[in-house]
Amino acid sequence: MSVSYIEALYLAASVLFILGLRGLSSPETARRGMVLAEVGMFLAIVGTLLHRDIISYEWIIAGFVIGSAIGTAMGLLIPMTKMPERIALSHAFGGLAAALVGISEYYRHGAELGSVKMAAIGFEVLLGSLTFTGSLMAFGKLQGLITGVPVTYRFQNVSNISLVVVTLGIVAYLVVDPSRYPVFYTMLGSGFCLGVLLVLPIGGADMPVVISLLNSYAGLAAASTGFVLSNNVLIIAGALDGASGFLLSVIMSKAMNRSFTNVVFGAFGAVAESAAAGATAAHAVNEGTDADAATVLDNAQSLIVVPGYGMAVAQAQHAVRDLTRLLEQRGTTIKYAVHPVAGRMPGHMNVLLAEADVPYDQLYDLDAINDEFAKTDVALVVGANDVVNPAAKTNPRSPIYGMPVLNVDQARTVIVLKRSMNPGFAGIENELFVRPNTLMVFGDAKTTLNRIIAALKR
Amino acid sequence: MAPELIFGLYIFLLAAFVGYQVISGVPPLLHTPLMSATNAISGISLVGSIVAAGSHYTAVSTALGFIAVTCATINVVGGFVITDRMLRMFKRRERKRP
Repeated sequence: MSVSYIEALYLAASVLFILGLRGLSSPETARRGMVLAEVGMFLAIVGTLLHRDIISYEWIIAGFVIGSAIGTAMGLLIPMTKMPERIALSHAFGGLAAALVGISEYYRHGAELGSVKMAAIGFEVLLGSLTFTGSLMAFGKLQGLITGVPVTYRFQNVSNISLVVVTLGIVAYLVVDPSRYPVFYTMLGSGFCLGVLLVLPIGGADMPVVISLLNSYAGLAAASTGFVLSNNVLIIAGALDGASGFLLSVIMSKAMNRSFTNVVFGAFGAVAESAAAGATAAHAVNEGTDADAATVLDNAQSLIVVPGYGMAVAQAQHAVRDLTRLLEQRGTTIKYAVHPVAGRMPGHMNVLLAEADVPYDQLYDLDAINDEFAKTDVALVVGANDVVNPAAKTNPRSPIYGMPVLNVDQARTVIVLKRSMNPGFAGIENELFVRPNTLMVFGDAKTTLNRIIAALKR
Repeated sequence: MAPELIFGLYIFLLAAFVGYQVISGVPPLLHTPLMSATNAISGISLVGSIVAAGSHYTAVSTALGFIAVTCATINVVGGFVITDRMLRMFKRRERKRP
């Protein structure tokens, strides 16, 4: 097929991708949008298979078959609670694919590469390799294979920044003289190292930003592939992905009142120690049983549920839904307040609650619900900590001061379900837990919720 | 600068702006499906891998291409499957109460 037909297919695919993403602006149009994006992908692949350079298809088909089998299995079998891990893994695959295409191009053309192509290959391989190892690190941290606590050492930032500078220097050297194969593989190696080193100091609670950033890098790696191959659909799709990841990381950073650089170079744990001391010691915790919680809930006219990462860990979303359904039948008004960084990736809580059949019109964003707590009888906090910490509003010495938080403390009564009195991932004390209108119920969230349900039915 | 590069940069920047605008309209409710959808879409690097795997320049580039095709296909297929699985879960309240 002639080149212009292939280009036409690529153009159609690009338009369909944009329309597909536009569908995601509402849950009603989202699935239709994804069908458009799927058609676009199909067209792009068909167009590529007709490329004149392709001599044989056996390896392509083998890759399709194996990839589809793994992809379908992962897509259908992975539980919703493991979604952050899955997203991290898929960034790793995306980064690896981009890096390999770049290596293959370099291997083929090597010394004869022009400076533009060489620069594009350099960025492609660099971004691809650091996305690959960085995402594997993120996966390891999420999965608990590597400690979720920030790993820090002296001169960490200095050495990381130096490595970035040196690596960019290597790319520049290759642009001038692409014939140095060892230099190219050194660059690949430093890409792999950078991915590991940059994610190492980042703590579990900052994962939403990191995952979004890696999403952006994976997109930029794909876009660089487009520059290498002079392929416009790749540039466009990569740019869309890059923009999406970038925007999400900005939103996530804002929701933590921190700058990008602070997340990447900040290592939260280090700051926390200084400010943690002051807050809580003087007050006593108001500890209650599940029966106490049931009594409070029984008398509530309105309830706002605030889910956090603890709900995901305890897999308590179905129990939450059972409780709210029961209360709803008794006439209680139910709303859910979802903080942008609750959980380990953007939108984490929404997906879990949707899985548990919570209708999405009950899910409210931070801005949409924050004024309602003052008018609400009960706020039920399920495994959330930093996102409900009033110190962010009142204590200028707190490391999270200035972070937008949910005003749960303004509700008439606050019930907090928590495993223990340990501070959250950021290691910061939470004075909400010692307020007089707070009732703490310790234990596994799922078990506690089921006991509360049983007590209410009695 | 090479005209090809300028042309590519135009496309990249305009697409990035369009992407930024379109994605600003995605509610936080759908941020996770958005991530897995853009993931599937960036699996478009498949088209680069396909050429590398099928054009037999050398055994090495074929092998690298084959691995790349596999990885990218995992993302495309897995990404779309899981996005759809998530989106199917988002439901409005059943309107049975009057």
